[in-house]
Amino acid sequence: MRITQGAFSYLPDLTDEEITLQIAYALDNGWPCSVEYTDDPHPRNSYWEMWGLPMFDLKDPAGVLMELNECRRTFPNHYVRLNAYDARYGRQTTALQFIVQRPGNEPGFRLTREETADRQVRYTMHAYATDRPEGERY
Amino acid sequence: MTPFGMRPPAPGEEESPPELLPRDAVVDLARERAESKIDEILDALDSELVGLAPVKTRIREIAALLLVDRVRGRFGLEAARPSLHMCFTGSPGTGKTTVAVRLAELLHRLGYLRKGHLVSVTRDDLVGQYVGHTAPKTKEVLKRAMGGVLFIDEAYYLYRAENERDYGQEAIEILLQVMENQRDDVVVVLAGYADRMDSFFSSNPGMSSRIAHHVDFPDYTAGELEEIGLLMLAREGYGLAAETGPVFRSYIELRRDQPRFANARSIRNAIERARLRHASRLMATAPKVDLAALTTLLPEDFQASRVFAGQ
Repeated sequence: MRITQGAFSYLPDLTDEEITLQIAYALDNGWPCSVEYTDDPHPRNSYWEMWGLPMFDLKDPAGVLMELNECRRTFPNHYVRLNAYDARYGRQTTALQFIVQRPGNEPGFRLTREETADRQVRYTMHAYATDRPEGERY
Repeated sequence: MTPFGMRPPAPGEEESPPELLPRDAVVDLARERAESKIDEILDALDSELVGLAPVKTRIREIAALLLVDRVRGRFGLEAARPSLHMCFTGSPGTGKTTVAVRLAELLHRLGYLRKGHLVSVTRDDLVGQYVGHTAPKTKEVLKRAMGGVLFIDEAYYLYRAENERDYGQEAIEILLQVMENQRDDVVVVLAGYADRMDSFFSSNPGMSSRIAHHVDFPDYTAGELEEIGLLMLAREGYGLAAETGPVFRSYIELRRDQPRFANARSIRNAIERARLRHASRLMATAPKVDLAALTTLLPEDFQASRVFAGQ
């Protein structure tokens, strides 16, 4: 099941040229970019691992792409996403976020029903991938 | 479910390469040159920077090469992008930083650099203080400089021969790697005194071989220094009284022979001090001033300098 999180996730995966154009757009708006990765695709897992610090004062997309490619090389089977922060509001505000790498095989989620008091049923999602320990999931 | 892999461009959306010129076509180089607007920058370089003939020649050569390369590209002649990493050597105050700023702008106009900004750093910005601190620091600076020029002032401090555990070596290795692999993204300019740069290169042969252009900034002659001084004064809205000219000239002659003479920078400082004396002279003597008094430096503004004290 294809994970759809962040911008452009219903589009075909972006090529490197398209990613570069998106980064250039973010930098032109004055949004610093950062790279994050994870192997837990649960939609409520919003804090992914940071790949280095956010990159401030960059003028050109080449620097961001360099970090991005390094992250992809290190974690070839993880989800990797790119964030662009808009600092104008005085607090951390994500202005743009999209996935730039996903594992080759995404097994998807299982819906778990839990019976509670008064015959109520609670639902929760469970990613098949997280059955295995971290780092061995994909 | 498609495997990720970067999507190949769909058929049809691929941009067709620009039409190549036929082999017998003739290109108007003068028009190419006018279109790239490099003459503006080269002329500004000529008129605003005094002297520095070898530097100007080298920059003109580079500009010509990039322009010709562009025209060659239109005929479909492929040539590797020239490596433009440079080393500026010269005494303090000979205009190395100023030329680097102009160079960044020029390379941007010629389409070699995407942004054309200058990031000026020293050892402190590149080398960390503890294990594992250097690499992220150097990389951050390099990322900031991408699309423009990275100017490393007093680059020989990066390598400290007397301390083999110095982290400078690590910074040099990262620099070398990026200078080699991302030649299209960043131009590195090392600057420093000639003799110390020579010993830096002899202990880092890898660095030396990756730098294609070694540009030497000659010291200014007294005449050039005077011209520079007059340019600086004009830019700040001052002028010399007719009798101040010879005093200013002899000030330069005397200052040149003193220790710690830093070419144009010393001249700028002398002018700053003359401005101070000019201002306090006006405060002390003239209750009312006109525009001429406010903009004219008199001989005593320079004669009070300690340079004349030994006379």
